[in-house]
Amino acid sequence: MASLPDANQGEFRLGMLFYDTRYRSLTIQVIFFMLFMAGAAWLVNNVIENLRILGKDFDFGFLTVRAGYDINQRLVEYSNDSTHARAMLIGLLNTLLLAFLACITATIVGILAGVLRLSKNWVVARLMTLYVETFRNVPLLLWILLVNAIMTESMPSPRDFRGADATASMMLNDSVAVTNRGIYVPEPLFTNSLGNIDIGIFLISIDLLAVLAAVYVGIYINRAVLRRATRIQHETGVRPTTWWQSVLLIAGIPLVLLALLGFHLGYPEMKGFNFSGGIHLRNSLLAMWIALTLYTGAFIAEIVRAGILAISRGQSEASFALGMQPGRTMQLVVLPQALRVIIPPLISQYLNITKNTSLALAVGYMDLRSTLGGTTINVTGRELEGMMLMMLVYLVISLIISGAMNFYNTRVQLRSR
Amino acid sequence: MMKTTMIFGTLVSTAFAAGIASASTLDDVKARGELVCGVNTGLVGFAAPDDSGEWKGFDVAICRAVAAAVLGDQSKVRFVPTSSQTRFTVLASGEVDMLVRNTTWTFSRDADLKFTFAGVNYYDGQGFMVNKDMGISSAKELDGATVCIQTGTTTELNLADFFKVNNMSYEPVPVETNAEGQQQYLARACDVYTTDASGLAATRATFADPENHIVLPEIISKEPLGPLVRHGDDQWADIVMWTLNALVAAEEYGVTSANLEELSKSSPNPEIKRLLGSEGELGAMLGLDATWAKRAIAANGNYGEIFAATIGESTPIALARGLNAQWTQGGLLYTPPFR
Repeated sequence: MASLPDANQGEFRLGMLFYDTRYRSLTIQVIFFMLFMAGAAWLVNNVIENLRILGKDFDFGFLTVRAGYDINQRLVEYSNDSTHARAMLIGLLNTLLLAFLACITATIVGILAGVLRLSKNWVVARLMTLYVETFRNVPLLLWILLVNAIMTESMPSPRDFRGADATASMMLNDSVAVTNRGIYVPEPLFTNSLGNIDIGIFLISIDLLAVLAAVYVGIYINRAVLRRATRIQHETGVRPTTWWQSVLLIAGIPLVLLALLGFHLGYPEMKGFNFSGGIHLRNSLLAMWIALTLYTGAFIAEIVRAGILAISRGQSEASFALGMQPGRTMQLVVLPQALRVIIPPLISQYLNITKNTSLALAVGYMDLRSTLGGTTINVTGRELEGMMLMMLVYLVISLIISGAMNFYNTRVQLRSR
Repeated sequence: MMKTTMIFGTLVSTAFAAGIASASTLDDVKARGELVCGVNTGLVGFAAPDDSGEWKGFDVAICRAVAAAVLGDQSKVRFVPTSSQTRFTVLASGEVDMLVRNTTWTFSRDADLKFTFAGVNYYDGQGFMVNKDMGISSAKELDGATVCIQTGTTTELNLADFFKVNNMSYEPVPVETNAEGQQQYLARACDVYTTDASGLAATRATFADPENHIVLPEIISKEPLGPLVRHGDDQWADIVMWTLNALVAAEEYGVTSANLEELSKSSPNPEIKRLLGSEGELGAMLGLDATWAKRAIAANGNYGEIFAATIGESTPIALARGLNAQWTQGGLLYTPPFR
């Protein structure tokens, strides 16, 4: 009689869910999932219950109602007759503008400070240490308020520019006015403007698109020229001089287009209470921009320094041994490898900048937090809807930035062969 | 196993049952032994801490009167400073029992935000303050001006309407608190500061050179400022409303903190008797004792006394009674009868 070898295995007892390693991890996961869902359900239920007690509903209809308030910095058309959704768009564009400007300048400041902190020059290195340690160890909000206070308190008021005995004067050949309400700079104007195209939500200047296209065409042709130069160099050993062609292509094509469009500058002028004409860079924007740049720049400097230090000295020594100059060594040997270390934490810093723009309310910069999350919520009383919408928008922006940077990261990653 | 499942089941069901079990605000306040009152972050005359850190002002006195009526002690108030942006959330979430914060009674705040306004303690209107050296005498001359304005207020919407109706343009500079607006205005980062006229007077009083600033004659809106409570607790709304009414009625009948004791014993006027609890059962109808109004008046005096002590003409803020005089004096203060 053959024995039944695994007689017991077919039989399933409830206790095996805990004592049998085959099932245990699954059991634990199921229990945790149930607890998590119960917690989430309780929270949602709590919200519904409380809203019911307060007699409030959950409705996004307020977005289509007339906003009724004005916004000073508008990248696209907006008036107080526009809807709350439109006000939200204005705020969103202001947030994106600020995040974009701050990401670029913070990266430049960060790379410079990070490289200079490794400098062999004692003074330069210590100065950069001082910069990094001061800026990253004081809360960002204080820097924002400080910059704003300096600009409002110490710059002349527009009325000081007026009259025969003006105490303040414009700079750079009467083209730039620095006031305590912000900086007025000349604006580009076109006499033969191509007009705008309406893409439904807002208008886009065709002039701007044309100039961008011209720059792109110039760069594209220039790359072909450089490829040809490299080919000739490979064939003959002599690289033909191409710099004047590059200058002509990259600068020349857009310049010709600008001349055709009748480009000229519109200067700010003192009129009534304020300067009119020109582009008004408001104090709130400048304060946010400068503070975000310097603060995040300090973090980026450390990331860059860490990235460079992560490349072993042997690499640069080998490069020197081959006769490469320090500049070329940095450009061709160290940086390409350092980037792999630098990019991932850099993504976090860009995300930080974007999220930190929501501090803008402190200086009255009308970003998403100040429009949708501020006045709109106050006027309509829709805190829950407004806050959730705002969280969703920030989440989407952050995911997009993160996705784009991750894509770039995979491009600079080491290809293992 | 059965046991475990049951434990989970019990946990989950108790979690669901543990929603908010809210008693009435009056019971909450009594149980706590303290009234929590939302006020301005700092507007001298209306609500601001003095040198010794004690809250003083016109709005503060209303809170103190309610505390005296309900708890019998005007010092049993905790003041929660709220910005124009946070005030409604703070009230709706139950963090404060009542809000007295220069808040305009509007239709949508009453109907849509689900608050109940318990009367009006100050009839106000939005005005503009400018520096005298600008040589401006009317708000109609403000075309193109830069205007400092607190965000999240009705003034922000009135401002937009006023400039639109008069076909003028302006540049808004949003600020979050009165202090910030004051700083921007004094640094001349804005030409004009706009808020309720009472707020302008209070702000101006704190300047080093108040004589160099004028409030323009145009009042561009109606701003009835009043205490508000959450919608749905009518008893509590009644207590706040009738405490305010008692202060106003006391002034009308000539009841002051000085003659209060005497009148409560000897006044022949039945209206005063009912107000002060010597006759009738008015207190019980509110869920309070008979002398609630007497205590409220005893706290800081009647409406007129509070006005004179905090924002009246003898104070630096120097507001005239104007619309806030009794109806018998040509003002708007008119309480329903205590009967």
